[in-house]
Amino acid sequence: MREYETVIGLEVHVELATKTKIFCGCSTAFGGAPNTHTCPVCTGMPGSLPVLNKQVVEYAMAVGLATNCAITQNCKFDRKNYFYPDNPQNYQISQLYYPICRNGHVDIEVDGVKKSIGIHEIHMEEDAGKLIHDEWEDCSLVDFNRSGVPLIEIVSEPDMRSAEEVIAYLEKLRMTIQYLGASDCKMQEGSMRADVNISVREVGASEFGTRTEMKNLNSFKSIARAIEGERNRQIELIEDGKKVVQETRRWDDSKESSYAMRSKEDAQDYRYFPEPDLVPIVISDEWIARVKSQQPEFREEKKARYQEEFGLPEYDADIITGTKHLADIFEEATKICGKPKKVSNWIMGETMRLLKEKEMDPEDITFAPENLAKIVNLADAGTINNTAAKEVFEAVFNDNVDPDVYVEEHKMKQVNDEGALREAIEKVIAENPQSVDDYHNGKEKAIGFLVGQTMKAMKGKANPAMVNQILKELL
Amino acid sequence: MDLMSLTAVELGRKIKAKEVTVREAVLAAYDKIDEKEAELNCYVTTTKEAALAKADEVQAKIDAGELTGPLAGVPVAIKDNMCTKGVLTTCSSKILENFVPTFTAEAVINLEKAGAVILGKTNMDEFAMGSTTETSHYGATKNPWNTKHVPGGSSGGSAAAVAAEECSFALGSDTGGSIRQPSSYCGVTGMKPTYGTVSRYGLIAYGSSLDQIGPIARDVTDCATILEAIASYDPKDSTSIKRDDYDFTSALVDDVKGMKIGIPKDYLIEGLNPEVKDAIMNAAHKLEEKGAVVEEFDLSLVEYAIPAYYVIACAEASSNLARFDGVKYGYRTPEYNELHEMYKKTRSEGFGPEVKRRIMLGSFVLSSGYYDAYYLKALRTKALIKQAFDKAFSKYDIILGPVAPTTAPEIGSSLADPIKMYLGDIYTISVNLAGLPGISVPGGFDSKVLPIGVQMIGNCFEEKKIIRAAYAFEQSLKAERI
Repeated sequence: MREYETVIGLEVHVELATKTKIFCGCSTAFGGAPNTHTCPVCTGMPGSLPVLNKQVVEYAMAVGLATNCAITQNCKFDRKNYFYPDNPQNYQISQLYYPICRNGHVDIEVDGVKKSIGIHEIHMEEDAGKLIHDEWEDCSLVDFNRSGVPLIEIVSEPDMRSAEEVIAYLEKLRMTIQYLGASDCKMQEGSMRADVNISVREVGASEFGTRTEMKNLNSFKSIARAIEGERNRQIELIEDGKKVVQETRRWDDSKESSYAMRSKEDAQDYRYFPEPDLVPIVISDEWIARVKSQQPEFREEKKARYQEEFGLPEYDADIITGTKHLADIFEEATKICGKPKKVSNWIMGETMRLLKEKEMDPEDITFAPENLAKIVNLADAGTINNTAAKEVFEAVFNDNVDPDVYVEEHKMKQVNDEGALREAIEKVIAENPQSVDDYHNGKEKAIGFLVGQTMKAMKGKANPAMVNQILKELL
Repeated sequence: MDLMSLTAVELGRKIKAKEVTVREAVLAAYDKIDEKEAELNCYVTTTKEAALAKADEVQAKIDAGELTGPLAGVPVAIKDNMCTKGVLTTCSSKILENFVPTFTAEAVINLEKAGAVILGKTNMDEFAMGSTTETSHYGATKNPWNTKHVPGGSSGGSAAAVAAEECSFALGSDTGGSIRQPSSYCGVTGMKPTYGTVSRYGLIAYGSSLDQIGPIARDVTDCATILEAIASYDPKDSTSIKRDDYDFTSALVDDVKGMKIGIPKDYLIEGLNPEVKDAIMNAAHKLEEKGAVVEEFDLSLVEYAIPAYYVIACAEASSNLARFDGVKYGYRTPEYNELHEMYKKTRSEGFGPEVKRRIMLGSFVLSSGYYDAYYLKALRTKALIKQAFDKAFSKYDIILGPVAPTTAPEIGSSLADPIKMYLGDIYTISVNLAGLPGISVPGGFDSKVLPIGVQMIGNCFEEKKIIRAAYAFEQSLKAERI
């Protein structure tokens, strides 16, 4: 059998984290009763006019600069014309001729191999509303709350050759954009969406094969599955002597297969032309310099600093900086308690364990960093022992409780009173003569049992170090 | 006293002097409307009840000294493509037969702030597409000078209402001559300001890059006064321009000594009615008598303006009018099986033939494979026309010429040959393409006693020069009459 290579390019839509929409002052907040975040502009009322939200330009520039793009200093908006009820004006304000960013790249690494993925362009545009089909009334309703929410579309070059590279590219993009604060990039909520262009060709061929575009990919996993599925479908066609048709396909993740939505022949003519209601955006050198100077510390720099400044192992620094949210928690908690290694241990240990157990992503963490700092301090001061600390942490993780209050309410303070401990241990020794004998006969392990018994008697609140010390002394 | 024969400024002065109440003025306007509407059809909607309530409100503010401007209490008519909150706004189209806006156009708000009282919404060519007001879904408007003739368009209802004294003044909009040409045909004064001077917010767009709202009034003084009231920098309109000067009335001076006036030879070509030409030359002579220096020059590119205009305006219109689809507001076809049929039937039934023609033309020039050949070429032509005007204005203060090649044609004679109708826009559209201000002032009559307008064109932001020249010309005609 011939050997094939998959050629993949991505169109990634990212919803920007502005408070208001791209062309009006309406809120971009997710949720909200239908058509409550709307005005004449984002519902396409006759006579209304768009006014550009400058923050959108700043975010788009920030993403462009972080992905090594050239900024188009005289950029323009264009109208993309098509009829659909979720599109109130029946045109979308987007960018075709002069997109804000061009010719960038991001560097990825897969299995230790480094690669640069080209970015063809990044452009700004407005999102559409949402259609809701009412089966009961047999009608469709439109919710324009999302209409006019700002998006950037990041168009890559066809530089990726495997699902792994695609995922690495997407993760890199997501990380960069999250670090910039330009978007939360949640695929499940649709604030990051990817359309995948795929073609296959024989290894060594110089021409690209015919590509298809895959839509409706809602997670990294479905992207990986869709790439695999589409690669196989195209290879099968070629092997059977058939032709791949240039078309848009929709991925059905539950069936793990795709179906054709429209072919190139029915491709719409969007009749793009410059948006006459908006003036060109002139981006000065100073503006670019200012956005550049405001770029945050990105992952690589942060990772190096954590090792250098806090002495974290590379592995830990890598995991913690893997999500902006996690890194923020780490830094904030460290700032409060001044114990980076202990904070890191809580993140690497209990936090990761609970995330895995609850099948959550680090972005979903809701506890306040100061509560983590409090646990570190409580444990450090010996106010609670390790076992208790883990219990408090779980409560913090779940409900963001105040550890001080929680410890007080659950009477979890560690017993450090030597008299009380001695009393309890004497009782345990008296009740367990066999173990005492075993210990004296050289069975070192027996002491573990006696410690356990003491802890049990003290309801887990005894200071373990002191218990060990007193036990040895009394034996 | 016939209140409606007064100019807006004269009426405003009488109201201020308590010689006339606002209610009296408004009722006088409605008397004229009642008397003439059946014959002329200037209005699509009148709002008498609301106007009378407003009249009392304005009167109270005038009495309290809160409203002191020249237009306080003066009755005005608004072209039906400007949104008025709570009042039907149809663009003279069936597709908006039931559309009641939720907000008011910025220019109208500015007028309301000045204390003007809105009488109603005036008839127009459907979506401002036409030169005769015959494409209105609500019937043609007739020219008050001769009801067999059209009032011009697209702001024909506004111009005819001013001429017939059915209002003291009106607002129109001008995309390719839609204020100046009907003003010329109806013997009134109409002005298109520099693009960006009056906010387009709330103006239902035809050709966004060309549309501009302006006054239609009895004389130059009214025009300058009204422009002063409606012009404003509006952050809601991104193409709005913050100007240094809004004191247009300061240019109402009868002095053109040393003013350099150019007449494009290209305008005095075949097709220009000799009587219209005579009126232009007479105006030139009058201004010369007052000390202006008039000469003819080659403007060039004039013949390219019409195709460039129709490509750009129709391209923008094809997109601007896409929102009228039966989904959210306006007319929806009563019977349909699915979405695309609903779209097709709604738009087929809701738009008239001229609008459909321009939507199709616009869609064609933007379609893949034709964009460069038509739209881009038109944009380049537009830029060249602007350059030609720049060159002219480096030599002349203003440009003088006709508004239209003829006086008002007879009703029913224009729509049969759209190309001929489009060619009638030759003297007005390049002004829109270049974003310039232009004014049409009455310059006499032809042998059929139909009015002839004289057009004065200024460089961007130089309204004051054309106001000064128009005012001086107006004064010399007045003197002649006396």
